[in-house]
This record gives sequence, C-alpha cells and structure tokens, in this order.
Amino acid sequence: MRYFTAWRVMHPEKPIEMKQFISFVRKEFHHIFRDRTTMAILLILPVLMLLLFGYAINTEVKNSKIAVYDPSNDTYTRAIIEKMQASEYFSVVKMLKNEQEMSEQFKSGEVKMVIAFSENFHENLLHSGDAQIALIADATDPNSAKSVVNYATAIIAGYQMESQQLQQIPFQIDTQIKLLYNPQMKGAYNFVPGVMGMILMLICAMMTSISIAREKEMGTMEVLLVSPVKPAMLIIAKAIPYFFISLINLTTILLISVFILGVPVAGSLLWLLVLSLVYIFVNLSLGLVISSVVNNQQTALLISGMVLMLPVIMLSGMMFPVENMPVFFQWISQLIPAKWYIIGVKKIMIKGLGFSAIMPQLAVLSGMAVLLIAISIKKFKYRLE
Amino acid sequence: MEKVIVVENLTKAFGRFKAVDQISFEVEKGEIFGFLGANGAGKTTAMRMLCGLSIPTSGKALVAGYDIRTQPEMIKKNIGYMSQKFALYEDLTVAENIRFYAGIYQVPEKEIAPRTQKLLERLGLEHEKDSLVKSLPLGWKQKLAFSVAVFHHPGIVFLDEPTGGVDPVTRRQFWEMIYEATDSGITVFVTTHYMDEAEYCDRVSIMVDGKIAALDTPANLKKEFDANNMDEVFYRLARNASRKAD
Repeated sequence: MRYFTAWRVMHPEKPIEMKQFISFVRKEFHHIFRDRTTMAILLILPVLMLLLFGYAINTEVKNSKIAVYDPSNDTYTRAIIEKMQASEYFSVVKMLKNEQEMSEQFKSGEVKMVIAFSENFHENLLHSGDAQIALIADATDPNSAKSVVNYATAIIAGYQMESQQLQQIPFQIDTQIKLLYNPQMKGAYNFVPGVMGMILMLICAMMTSISIAREKEMGTMEVLLVSPVKPAMLIIAKAIPYFFISLINLTTILLISVFILGVPVAGSLLWLLVLSLVYIFVNLSLGLVISSVVNNQQTALLISGMVLMLPVIMLSGMMFPVENMPVFFQWISQLIPAKWYIIGVKKIMIKGLGFSAIMPQLAVLSGMAVLLIAISIKKFKYRLE
Repeated sequence: MEKVIVVENLTKAFGRFKAVDQISFEVEKGEIFGFLGANGAGKTTAMRMLCGLSIPTSGKALVAGYDIRTQPEMIKKNIGYMSQKFALYEDLTVAENIRFYAGIYQVPEKEIAPRTQKLLERLGLEHEKDSLVKSLPLGWKQKLAFSVAVFHHPGIVFLDEPTGGVDPVTRRQFWEMIYEATDSGITVFVTTHYMDEAEYCDRVSIMVDGKIAALDTPANLKKEFDANNMDEVFYRLARNASRKAD
C-alpha cells in the first residue's frame, strides 16, 4: 500500500493514462465483437484445422489394399497372409496368379503394395534357413508407401518370432522395431504441435497487422497520431485483444487434442504455456512489424498469408522433416519462429521433457521477440516523421 | 488580441526540396483561418508540423502557447483534428465513437455523459445514438466528426478539407457549426478546395510553391487583386506556380 501511494505521487498522471488505455482496448474489442464473421472464423478455425488434419488429411495407414503373389502356397505363407489380413492396416484384395499381374495391379492403382513370396518358401526356410519375401509398394505417395512397408515388415517379423517359439524354426532375420514416444504412429502427435504453431501465428501476426493497416486505410490512424495517444500505447492496445483470442485458441486446441484426438500433454503444462506465451509475443510483434511497412489491409493479408504461412507449412518441420531439406532451406528454416515453437511443443507434449530440454527453443524465441519488438517500435516512430 | 498560433520562418525540406519555405503568420484566438493552396503547394506539410506530427527543418512555431519542436505532446492535448478522409470508426456506434475519443483525449468521466447528450441533441442524432456510424448519411458523419473533434474543448481545431464530397446544403450547415464553435472561443484552422468556403473565413492565406503568396481578409484580397470572388484571386496567384499539382 505504501509503495502504491508513493508510486502515485511519483507518477500523478498514470491513472488517467490508464483510462486512456482502457478506452482504447475497449474500442479494439468493439471492432472484433462487431465483426461476427471474423470472430467466428478466429474461434472455429483451430477446431476445423485440428479435425481436418485429424481425420481428413490422414497419414496413418489403415485398411490399405494389398495383393499377394504366393507361388509356394504352403502353411507358412498362408499364415503370414492371414496375419496381414487380420491386422487393421491391410486388406488383401487379390491373389495374383503370375508376375505379369503384379505390374497390372500397380498400373490400375488398385493396390498399395504387393507381397510376393519366393517359391518353396517353407521348405527353403526349413532347410537353408533362407527364404525371401518381396514387399513391392506403390511409391507415388512416398510417405504412405514407407509406412505400408514398415507395417508389413513389422507383421512378418512378429510372425517369425511367434513361430520360432512354437516350432523352433531357425530364423534368419530378427527385425525389431521400436517406435519411441508415439508407438501407434499416430499422425496427431505430429500435427497438433504444427497446428498450434500455425493457428497462433495466423491470429497474432495476421490479425494484428490487418487491424493496424485498417486504421491507416480508413484514415483513422492520422487522427490517432494527432491525438495525445502514445505510439507504444496504440501498439499494445492493438495487440491485447488478439492476445486474449490466442489464449482461447490455445485452450481449445489443447482440449481437443487431449480429449478428442487422444494426444496427451506428457510434460509440464506450465512450461507449455510459457513457451506458447513467448511464441505469441513473437507473432504479435511480427504483426506489428508487418503493419509498419504496409498501408492497406490487402497487402497486410498477402504478406502475412504468403510470406508467413507458406514457410511455416513448408519449412517448419510440420509437414516435411527439416533434416531432409537442402542446406539452404535448412538455414532459412532456422529463421522461422514456428519451427522452434513446434520443436519445443513436441518436446513437452509428446516426449514429456522439462524446462532444460526446451531452453534453446525458449532462448531463440525470446531473442526473436525482443528483436521484433525493437524493430516495430523503431519503424513506428519513423512513420510518425 | 491573444495569438494562438505564431509561425516564424517555418521551413520543411525533404532533401533539397523545400516543401514549406520560410512561412510566417499569426492566428488570433476565435478566428477562422483559411489555409488555401493548390495540391502540392505545401499545405499539408505545414499543417502536419503545426499538429506536432512532423519536425520542422528550421524556423519556429508556437501552437496554443507550446513549441512545436519541443512540446508536441502538449500541443496534441490542446488541439482537435478532423481529417480529409472521414475519420470516425464505421463499425462502431455513434456513442462508442464519442466514448472512444473522449477517452483518448482524457475528458473527465463525469463530463462525458452530459456533453454527449448535448452533442446528440444539437445534431438531432438522439435516436441514432446506438446506430453504427456506417449507417449514417455522409453529411451527418462529417458533422459528427467535427463535433467529436471539438468534444474535449480544444483551444484550436485543425480541419483538413472537412467538407470534401458533401452537398452544398450540408456544407452550409457544417459552416454554421464552425461559427458556433468559434463563438465559444475555439480557433479554427481550415484547409479547403472550395473557394466559396474561403469567403466564410475571417482571414485567408494562399500558399504557392511552399511560400505564402497572400494573406488577408477575403474582402481585402478581392480588392487587392481586383477580383469579383475568391476563385479569381486564387487563380491569379496559382497560375504562376512552378510546381505541378500532383
């Protein structure tokens, strides 16, 4: 209390400025609440995106159609085929009679993969301990081809282990596949952090830059600049409503991912929030930087849409692994805030790691936030001249 | 008479180009001062300096007693401003717009309600209080924008082409509002393209090529240039301009 009175004496005009600030923030909320369509989009977009990624754009393999070429047709091969059929990943749609049929199957695009056994499979296995199975996959979609082959390999290996225990059949290959953190290979584990990175950026950067650009376009910015409102106050007041909306979105995303998509928050929720807050700041300031260089809403939309969204989708590691990119793009990806955020979120949510693990991500994002805020304030003052 | 704007040798240069070249003038309290000039003559640049938005290259000016170079914050508190473009928020209601500007100009809380009431009564907008501004006709919007610009009782109000695109009847009404405002002691600094409006001003300055080419009452100017109306005065001065209008 004592400190408070002392503070008031030192800054007698502060409470009045606070009122000025409050009326500014209230106005910003009016803008948002009045524009029902945009607000609805802002609130529903994360839900739609999650469900879209969760169910429509599915990289998981389920009930892939396969064909089988089985010239030996013995107990062993039939057992493997049954195993395949029984799994939820495959359904055997055709038994091929000869090798020519194989290429026809692929050409018609009916099957994802053909399993071809060598002749006298069982006998070879028993006598020489060496028999071959060929897994031939349609790699026009390389991601799904890879997963199909992986699943098939796992099933065959599993069967070999079983039969070894039952019949003491000597076996050649001991394939052991262990998938860390995400044993069921759920796509959701990958895209939930990605969608978080994308949505928060979209709302903070895009909406802030558009809302400032709108003031310039409508001519109200001029009036604000002539008024006693300080530029810093203007900037903060603009960012506050979107800050709240992103918090709501963050909550929605986490609730949906935990309760509907079944992606748990394995690590500390607190650190996840801290990381997200820093990321939100980065994007708000990014929006402010954009708005200081553009003069109308369309340009703001284009810049935040093309210049921000595309790299996030392509280079953040959300869709394609950064390690596989050419070195040049790997360097560019280092500049993308979303990349750092997504890595951090994965560490906390999926791997359940703590503060020490996300320290580099937090540090980089904080650095970006400071840099961008400095640029936006400097740019904004420059515009006043 | 009290001088509310004093300008001495004010200059603004962008590189070697002098947008405003050593202008000097004074505006008295309660006066309607018309600030005329062709596009590109330097009007807007001069006005931006007087509003504290732009720092002069040389010369000095006092607005409402404050130095534009060192005390722009004080100037901003003591002036009102209405711009060329319509400057209220279209997606806010009439009341919300008033509330917002009252807030940023720090009008005392207990004053806001009675002043708002008075403003709405004078404009006949009592029933439109909660309508969105975009639903009002342009003329009403301009009148509302002016009322909002003087809502915090500034000493001076700067009007940058306030009547652009408005019909003659509404322009007439708008000027009645300006007269009313000056009756309560507000000084009006107005730029316009309409020469009939120049006649309504107490004094008029005409800028040509960054300099003030003429400054007097409309009656004296007409006499000096042997012209029937301000249009002719303006034309005689502006045709000698070397800068092209943009």
